[in-house]
Amino acid sequence: MSDLQTPAGAPGAASDDAPSTATAAANASSAAAGGGGRSFLPKTTLLRHLLVLALCAVGAVLLLEGTERSTNDQISRIAFYAIAAGGLTLLTGLNGQISLGHGALMAVGAYTTALLLDVEDGEPLPLAVIFLIAVAITAVVGALVGVAAARLHGPYLAGATLALAVGVPGLTLYFSDTLGGEQGINVRAPRAPDWFVDAIEAISGERGQGTKWLAYIAVVSLLITYFLLANLMRSRIGRTWRAVRDQEVAAELAGISLGSWRVLAFVVSAAAAGLAGAVLAIVVRLTAPGSFLPVLSLSLLTAIVIGGLGSLFGALLGSILLVFLPEWARDFGLEVLDMESAQASQAAFVIYGLLLVATMLFAPAGLVGTVRLALLRRRAARAAARADGG
Amino acid sequence: MEEFLSLTLGGVVSGSVYAAFALALVLIWRSTRIVNFAQGSMAAATTFIAVAVIDSGQSYWVGLVVALLAGLVLGAVIERVVIRPVEGGPELNAVIVTLGLFIAIQGAVALIFGVDQRAFVPPFSNIGYEVREGFTLLSLSPNTIWTVGAVLVTMVLLIALFRFTRLGLAMRASAFGQEVARLLGVRVGRMLTLGWALAALVGALAGMLIAGDVSFISPNFMDQLIVFGFVAAVLGGLDSPIGAVVGGLLLGLALSYVRGYLDDSLLGMAALVILVVVLLVRPGGLFSTTPARRA
Repeated sequence: MSDLQTPAGAPGAASDDAPSTATAAANASSAAAGGGGRSFLPKTTLLRHLLVLALCAVGAVLLLEGTERSTNDQISRIAFYAIAAGGLTLLTGLNGQISLGHGALMAVGAYTTALLLDVEDGEPLPLAVIFLIAVAITAVVGALVGVAAARLHGPYLAGATLALAVGVPGLTLYFSDTLGGEQGINVRAPRAPDWFVDAIEAISGERGQGTKWLAYIAVVSLLITYFLLANLMRSRIGRTWRAVRDQEVAAELAGISLGSWRVLAFVVSAAAAGLAGAVLAIVVRLTAPGSFLPVLSLSLLTAIVIGGLGSLFGALLGSILLVFLPEWARDFGLEVLDMESAQASQAAFVIYGLLLVATMLFAPAGLVGTVRLALLRRRAARAAARADGG
Repeated sequence: MEEFLSLTLGGVVSGSVYAAFALALVLIWRSTRIVNFAQGSMAAATTFIAVAVIDSGQSYWVGLVVALLAGLVLGAVIERVVIRPVEGGPELNAVIVTLGLFIAIQGAVALIFGVDQRAFVPPFSNIGYEVREGFTLLSLSPNTIWTVGAVLVTMVLLIALFRFTRLGLAMRASAFGQEVARLLGVRVGRMLTLGWALAALVGALAGMLIAGDVSFISPNFMDQLIVFGFVAAVLGGLDSPIGAVVGGLLLGLALSYVRGYLDDSLLGMAALVILVVVLLVRPGGLFSTTPARRA
């Protein structure tokens, strides 16, 4: 049977067959970083990322102040999907480990946040501390899963993490006294502090409360996460992860311990999922097992595959799709096909699935990867033409 | 003691359904090196089709035949249209394609048949036999006998197909070595399509049997079963049909004790623990002899 099995290094094994593989976006990003000759951006990665972060922060404030309450709510939902998808794209795109258990890891973060916010008397801990605790606990769970996952690959890993996604909602039913069973826990959303209300009033003249405060928390969490992840991906650590993904044997010969790097990727990725769960808890104001079914994990996978595996920008694009596509699909089902609401909302999953299959068949590098590869190819063609002419 | 007996019998019954499902996964893995995560959704789809047929006034048996035929067609079409392009490619791509089918088919079932639970009436009574005065063996009923019997007959038929027919030989050849089989005149592409079709048929049967066991179906009622089937297949080593059957029975027993002595809601976690322990201790399955190989 050995001739049937693809070698483990197949995803993105060599740069010249990258277009045919799923992780091409991650490959191309490293290539693009090396090829930027005449750029106006700062030379150091850290400065460049800080500049992008500052621009995004200004853009986010403008976006949040320029839109209505309902759009603010949508932006917060994009934010928590994007945080989780960012962690997943690091794991799957950069390190080649697939995980269908990120929905379950989000549940860990969400339930931790809900329990810590739900204090009988007195004030709960500061929100930042609660978020950090949620991240830490999820990272520990991620480490446990990662130790098991580090030895698995491909379908085995997918099956094991799918089992996690199916198993965790059951735990919330078993410990229904503390975790609220089927109904879940109603989350007491934190109130906006005075300085925030004043600051928002100074910027746009509106009262910054409730939804707006939550949206700011979500967006700030997203920006911090992406800043950290982007630096990590471009660092020595990110390069090591790529080496582990592409050439196991060569990486091991170079002194890289495959197992511990895989576990590290899982821990970082789980930490992001934990933060995403924490943001989800306060934005949705409810943590219930029904929110963390296997389809959540599959939706996250859809987001990163469509966006382009290994690309944070792709993960963000995919997350935007996760928020808006179900609404369009539901409206289409309700108005055009005259369906019931619960039934019409299922149309989104059909589209996710078809998009996943179509992306894999026709553009395995996803949106960002395909565009990037086309640009690279054009640049290469131009360089070749110049070389011929001169 | 009586409870233990009842749980053991119940474990054998549900284990035989897991075994059938694991067998479907193994059939596909052997021929194409792909784990078909869409198997659960496909089985849910064929079961809903059967329910639609039964609701229109036909008997259970007409529904069963329709479900099996629908599975056969669905499996063949899926292999030919979306799986063929990713066969032999990077393993992540194939996994993602089957996961895409997983949600697409599940969504389509919910879109067409609605998200609500539906009652499913099994062909035989679900009431347990009374062994002696005051002791009813809940897990031994006409329906459970039918469940185990149907799985057994299917397995015997499959073994006969692979052992004693030219077609089975050709299918084994193309699973064993595609190049060589092709050189010897086997239509490998057709054999792969047939393998998927047969696997989907076995999956459809498992769907009908599990629906009769739980009496209610919803579009995601097979979510747990795809995990249980996968765990059973891995227990047996993913490559061996006999291993899948033994793995299914072992898993059925283990989960039946968990259900009886702990709680229903822990089934998923128990399956996860079993899977992780097996993969860490014996990655090649319980019966593996070949050492792990690095590419």
